[in-house]
Amino acid sequence: MKKMKLVMVGNGMAGVRTLEELLKISPDLYDITVFGAEPHPNYNRILLSPVLAGEQTLDEIILNPLSWYEENGITLHLGKTVTQIDRIRRKVIAADGTEADYDRLLIATGSNPFILPVPGKDLDGVIGYRDITDTNTMIEAATKYKHAVVIGGGLLGLEAANGLMLRGMQVTVVHIGDWLMERQLDDQAGELLRKSLQERGLRFRMGAHTEALIGDKDGRVMAVRFKGGEEIPADLVVMAAGIRPNTALAESAGLHCHRGVVVTDTLQTVTDPRIYAVGECAAHRGIAYGLVAPLFEQGKVCANHLAQFGIGRYLGSQTSTKLKVTGIDLFSAGDFMGGDGTEEIVMSDPFAGVYKKLVIKNDQLVGACLYGDTVDGSWYFKLLREGRKIADIRDKLMFGESNIGDVGHQGHNKAAAMADSDEVCGCNGVTKGAVCKAIKEKGLFTLEEVRKHTKASASCGSCTGLVEQLLMFTAGGDYSAAPKKKAMCGCTELSHQEVRNAIFDEHLVKLDEVYERLSWKTPNGCSTCRPALNYYLISSWPKEAVDDPQSRFINERSHANIQKDGTYSVVPRMWGGETTADELRRIADAVDKYKIPTVKVTGGQRIDLLGVRKEDLVDVWRDIGMPSGHAYAKALRTVKTCVGSEWCRMGTQDSTQMGKDLERAMWRMYAPHKVKFAVSGCPRNCAEAGIKDVGIIGVDSGWEMYIAGNGGIKTEVAHFLVKLKTAEEVMEYTGAFMQLYRKEGWYLERTVHYVSRVGLDHVKQRILEDHEGRKALWAELQYALDGEPDPWFEFAKAQVDVRQFEPVASIAVPTGAASSESAGASAKTVPAAPLRGPF
Amino acid sequence: MTDWISVCAVTDIPVLGSRRVARAKGPQVALFRTADDRIHALLDRCPHKAGPLSQGIVFGNAVACPLHNWTIALENGCAREPDEGRTPVFQVKVEDGVVLLDRQELDTVGIDLPPVMAGPCTRVAC
Repeated sequence: MKKMKLVMVGNGMAGVRTLEELLKISPDLYDITVFGAEPHPNYNRILLSPVLAGEQTLDEIILNPLSWYEENGITLHLGKTVTQIDRIRRKVIAADGTEADYDRLLIATGSNPFILPVPGKDLDGVIGYRDITDTNTMIEAATKYKHAVVIGGGLLGLEAANGLMLRGMQVTVVHIGDWLMERQLDDQAGELLRKSLQERGLRFRMGAHTEALIGDKDGRVMAVRFKGGEEIPADLVVMAAGIRPNTALAESAGLHCHRGVVVTDTLQTVTDPRIYAVGECAAHRGIAYGLVAPLFEQGKVCANHLAQFGIGRYLGSQTSTKLKVTGIDLFSAGDFMGGDGTEEIVMSDPFAGVYKKLVIKNDQLVGACLYGDTVDGSWYFKLLREGRKIADIRDKLMFGESNIGDVGHQGHNKAAAMADSDEVCGCNGVTKGAVCKAIKEKGLFTLEEVRKHTKASASCGSCTGLVEQLLMFTAGGDYSAAPKKKAMCGCTELSHQEVRNAIFDEHLVKLDEVYERLSWKTPNGCSTCRPALNYYLISSWPKEAVDDPQSRFINERSHANIQKDGTYSVVPRMWGGETTADELRRIADAVDKYKIPTVKVTGGQRIDLLGVRKEDLVDVWRDIGMPSGHAYAKALRTVKTCVGSEWCRMGTQDSTQMGKDLERAMWRMYAPHKVKFAVSGCPRNCAEAGIKDVGIIGVDSGWEMYIAGNGGIKTEVAHFLVKLKTAEEVMEYTGAFMQLYRKEGWYLERTVHYVSRVGLDHVKQRILEDHEGRKALWAELQYALDGEPDPWFEFAKAQVDVRQFEPVASIAVPTGAASSESAGASAKTVPAAPLRGPF
Repeated sequence: MTDWISVCAVTDIPVLGSRRVARAKGPQVALFRTADDRIHALLDRCPHKAGPLSQGIVFGNAVACPLHNWTIALENGCAREPDEGRTPVFQVKVEDGVVLLDRQELDTVGIDLPPVMAGPCTRVAC
């Protein structure tokens, strides 16, 4: 079959990324031709600043060498500017007469620097700052000349000025605004930035209007004249007063342009559906983006559409800003200026060079401006995108995510100051050097890509800020600026909440119904969505929806916890952490009989038998004869207790009994994530109730109830919810809170994250104020748990597939030369039990 | 000539699930059944850290390893990008609802790889 022809005009980052995405999913659909006006293959334009500053070389910033184009069969026309699109004959024509026919055309012409319309703008030595030529011109000028003037105190201008200064020039930044980077910083941060750059040797002319550029007799610029007549010397003038989408070609072809080539959510031009536009030249919903993450998102959607899959849509991005000047950390996002109807939290320490401003409106973070310490930028950006209520963390907000007890990266908060051998990600043991190497060698740009390739920040996520800083310095990538709504997984574009709502509102009780009603993209989901869907079904429709064991993670399918070597651990339930000599004897006997290698007491006061072979699980359960501890499940795990008033001379309440009662009432309760309770008999709190999902603390007059604590990655102290008088009340309130969490929590969301998402006020309203509602929730939970089986003993009822515990067949020792008689003769399906496979 | 040996019925394997075939030596062989009743067999050993693939979640034409969620294609045993690695594949024949494996492959493929047994279990003679 004849291939279709795809022509791309422009050879920059957004366009080539689109081709890469296209080749990944549909490598043989098109003959591809690329026109690039520059004589270079695709390079990382963001890194021109470090090149100018002498921190990287041009070779290092090439993203796709010429060999890449060859290997992918792409016809590449370098140094050829396309001047005409003939939409009738469907071909493009370059200035030198080269022509190419297209079935699909991709315009990725980027943007041009805005050149101030002042006299002298065409003199030699007056340039924009956009490409390799400009960069080389600057590097060369720095060897010959002394005085440089940069017009524009924005991101690009300051990076240019910094680079030229490092190359030995005396640089003056001329800025029309009252402070630097006024589109990204407020006056305070802008002023701190100016001082810092001034101390490094840059000069500034703030609020200055450039009137003309003065040339010498050879036609080269020699001075800049301001309004009022003052002149300063200038052998090189860099115009960095903004960029304009490069739409000249598109306009000449009659394509509708308004602040860029106007495109739809599938990146097709509104005028001609055969023609697509991505990158800085494209205007999507009125915005032409200039940052790499949104452009790559566009590329992905565009490629998807070009490949005729047509399932993706680009919905716009929120962006944030960082400056690539080594040693200066600044970050801003959202409405950082504030104003009417907003509140500000400000932390300012000019001596230490730190300034932070958070802008809050209607109990949501709407803007942030950070100078000097930006490690929490990503966290603020996340809060901002999610638009979540912040009342409950408002007092801690300014101190950042890392001050709520981050662990796992040695307290580092400035990536630049770390050595290559320092560990960035404590979960996965990834060093700074490894992250930087992967970013450089694999050409990574976004947080997601780094996570995929290196696993850094892919587990607990507490080092996300660090990884983003590394991305910033190494690739110049910005934050992955995903739309506010986060899809559940690659199988759908719906969020957890939307899926939950649909399951409830439309009374869906089967996985297949979900796939069909919600137009799942895959026939049977994936390992991410299926366990979540299964949970949503059974928690929304207890006794109606049927549990699907194949949609559960192995631990919940085999009712034991898989270990690194494929063996399992067994944790029998001990109500409230209390046991007996008889139980201990049975455990000891089982340990001997099944040669269980490790016996350990867990953090939740239970006994853990580690290294049990899968074949032995059923026998171990039976021999021990204790209920399942659910230590493997997203369910109620343990209720930790202190000895309480029965024995303790300090105890005020019978915490052990309370713990046993709670555990008996709520065990077998599946939840969005694991759940741990603790009950202490007095405020000395020996059961550590302050870091549990529900913590109960006995006081002389009754019980205090705390919720949504967490002892994990971010140690989070539980919130005080209510003081109760009786044990019955403790039961009802705890059960009601659990049922609320079971109904509203997203899969794999611990109570701490659930409560921080919906807000403590919401929980208080539902549990404390709405008395009928609370009772109803508790009743619902009891209904759901009534008759739930113990999966260690009631296999059929719990849908435990007992076939899984033994191999389906055991192949005897190789016979060497099998006789022809036995060949094909069947079924040496020996019962496997005596053979004992490895697990 | 291939010496096919029957190991179980298709229906012995749950849909979107798996079963294991034990061998006298070497790692076990994992059998998988897809939603449309195709049967695949892989060495029960993830190329990443030797996790038992038979214990993973089966979806589409792939299985997610239970240890670190690497996704392995059932047809060719390859890890999904950007992860790298491949687990050996066994030929499968299905006749009259019976699953057959190649005797020679069972005797040879991956036979010298250590069975999945790291960690504490080496402390006792298993």
